[in-house]
Amino acid sequence: MQLVCPAGALPALRAAVDNGADCVYIGFRDDTNARNFTGLNFDEAAAREGLRYAHDRGAQVLLAINTYPQAGNWKRWTRAVDKAAEMRFDAIIIADAGLMEYAARVHPGLALHLSVQGSATNYEAINFYHEHFKVRRAVLPRVLALAQVEQVVRNTPVEIEVFGFGGLCIMVEGRCALSGYVTGCSPNMAGACSPAAAVRWLQTPQGMESRLNGLLVDRFADGERAGYPTLCKGRYTVRGETYYAIEEPASLNALELLPQLMAMGVRAVKIEGRQRSPRVRGAGDARLAQRNRCLRAPSARIRAAARVDASARPRLGRPEPHARRLPPRLEVK
Amino acid sequence: MKIALGPLLHYWPREAVYAFYDEIANSAADVVYLGEIVCSRRRELRLDDWLEIGQRLERAGKEVVLSTLALIESEADLRGLRKVVSNARFPVEANEWGAVRLLQGRTPFIAGPHLNIYNPATLSLLAKLGACRWVAPVEITREALGGLQEAQPQAAETEIFAYGPVPLAFSARCFTARHYNVPKDTCGFPCLDHPGGLALATREDQPLLILNGTQTLSAATYNLLGEAAELRAMRVNVLRVSPQPQGTAAVLSAFRRWADGELSSAQAADGAAAQAGACCNGFWHGRPGMELVSIAH
Repeated sequence: MQLVCPAGALPALRAAVDNGADCVYIGFRDDTNARNFTGLNFDEAAAREGLRYAHDRGAQVLLAINTYPQAGNWKRWTRAVDKAAEMRFDAIIIADAGLMEYAARVHPGLALHLSVQGSATNYEAINFYHEHFKVRRAVLPRVLALAQVEQVVRNTPVEIEVFGFGGLCIMVEGRCALSGYVTGCSPNMAGACSPAAAVRWLQTPQGMESRLNGLLVDRFADGERAGYPTLCKGRYTVRGETYYAIEEPASLNALELLPQLMAMGVRAVKIEGRQRSPRVRGAGDARLAQRNRCLRAPSARIRAAARVDASARPRLGRPEPHARRLPPRLEVK
Repeated sequence: MKIALGPLLHYWPREAVYAFYDEIANSAADVVYLGEIVCSRRRELRLDDWLEIGQRLERAGKEVVLSTLALIESEADLRGLRKVVSNARFPVEANEWGAVRLLQGRTPFIAGPHLNIYNPATLSLLAKLGACRWVAPVEITREALGGLQEAQPQAAETEIFAYGPVPLAFSARCFTARHYNVPKDTCGFPCLDHPGGLALATREDQPLLILNGTQTLSAATYNLLGEAAELRAMRVNVLRVSPQPQGTAAVLSAFRRWADGELSSAQAADGAAAQAGACCNGFWHGRPGMELVSIAH
């Protein structure tokens, strides 16, 4: 099983490769990728240096071009695809069907991975992309249950990659306009969710408030750790109760599932988080790589309770597999 | 310009659904989309029931389309999808790419709003595969739609989501079950008690979203009727109205009276807005979707 790690800049790429990543995925410094954050990502020179560093050490580099171009900016996306082919990226991670058609036609030698932003949740959809564009690998949305992942693997010739660790999208990726509704920036069109430019923190007598484009996402009592106001992870009121109405601010941690994922033929496991710091990333990558190596050794004893603690999120742990929520613990004034 | 009624997004008791479509048979809609697109567990109506309603609507002069589930996860979901696709009676709206694979080259189909058609290359691919109509993503801007319409080489009709709470997101998790603190797989269908979904507000009581099971809608009602003249000039062929527990026929009628030239788009927009709480149109103007941009007439 391959370990696929994110890198937001060169130091993170080097840390990932040094710590045992088989593949590193990066994005260019614009809205052609779904982590279009200020100060993050690679210009051409850095990308070339990253490719050299990884390839010298036997690791692969993938380029995420996983947002949705429009007529008016189409050329920025095709240029990114052309660059990827010219610079010899090992594959591009791509979401838009029209852009896939372009890549397959103009650069038949360039390997295509279907991005999680392409929201293919079943084998009929994945096989569509395989038949039309020879997609080699598909990244599954984080919404699928284990049995559903297995069903997909059994019914497609396409390699399957799943998310093993990182920030959890509770919505199907590529199908969520919540951020666009509140901030005008959506992952599909702008490559950003709940962008930092729209975030405001305010200390008030009621506590620390986090706002997104003026809208109150959460309010934290003294001593409570304040999380980033991702829209779906706020505390809201429904029928008089205030609670995390959509999702707790938790991270995905599927490490204990690695043995099962491997047994069912999942080809690669991916870590989310090109936006996280190299220090955090390096530590997480190293522990995941170590765990991956353990799994590869046939005699290794698999410890089902393995956990890493590399997330920047305040509370960690795999969300429960069903819809239950904790009883509201907030005092509403 | 045709007026379409989109698929029913909420979960209503069987009798309520039949009564609703009896009313729609006499409404101003030209096209009616039928079927369950949100939750595969909802079984008040089976495919045969939808087909029966479709035949009634067809007798009343409506063009009927069957819509497919927007999120297909399990083998059972796929079996349901194949049944809808192979119905020999009505054309089908594909709401994810698995449905496109099953429909391609077989029969003309409608490329639904959840396929992410943002550019001419994707649209042209779908047209080649047999799409006779396509529905723009809900967050489409005037500029992006303009680019699509200009480049549109083929004869596929263009439809846009023009009225109703905006379908913003889908999840495998059910937020209504979460609210009631019950597991999704044995939820007992609490959504039956909320014909318009569960209203979600910020802690400052600002209405934000509507929880509709696994789907999340906007609290404000999208209303593009004020921009209808512009949409017509851009060669948009179909305007979609989303079914609501109350006032749907009145909204359809406002759209019809605008299309027939009886009302200006501003008058019609006000008439439709009277059936809603707050309205919004920000997506169309490239602004945050929840904003209401006032239009000079």
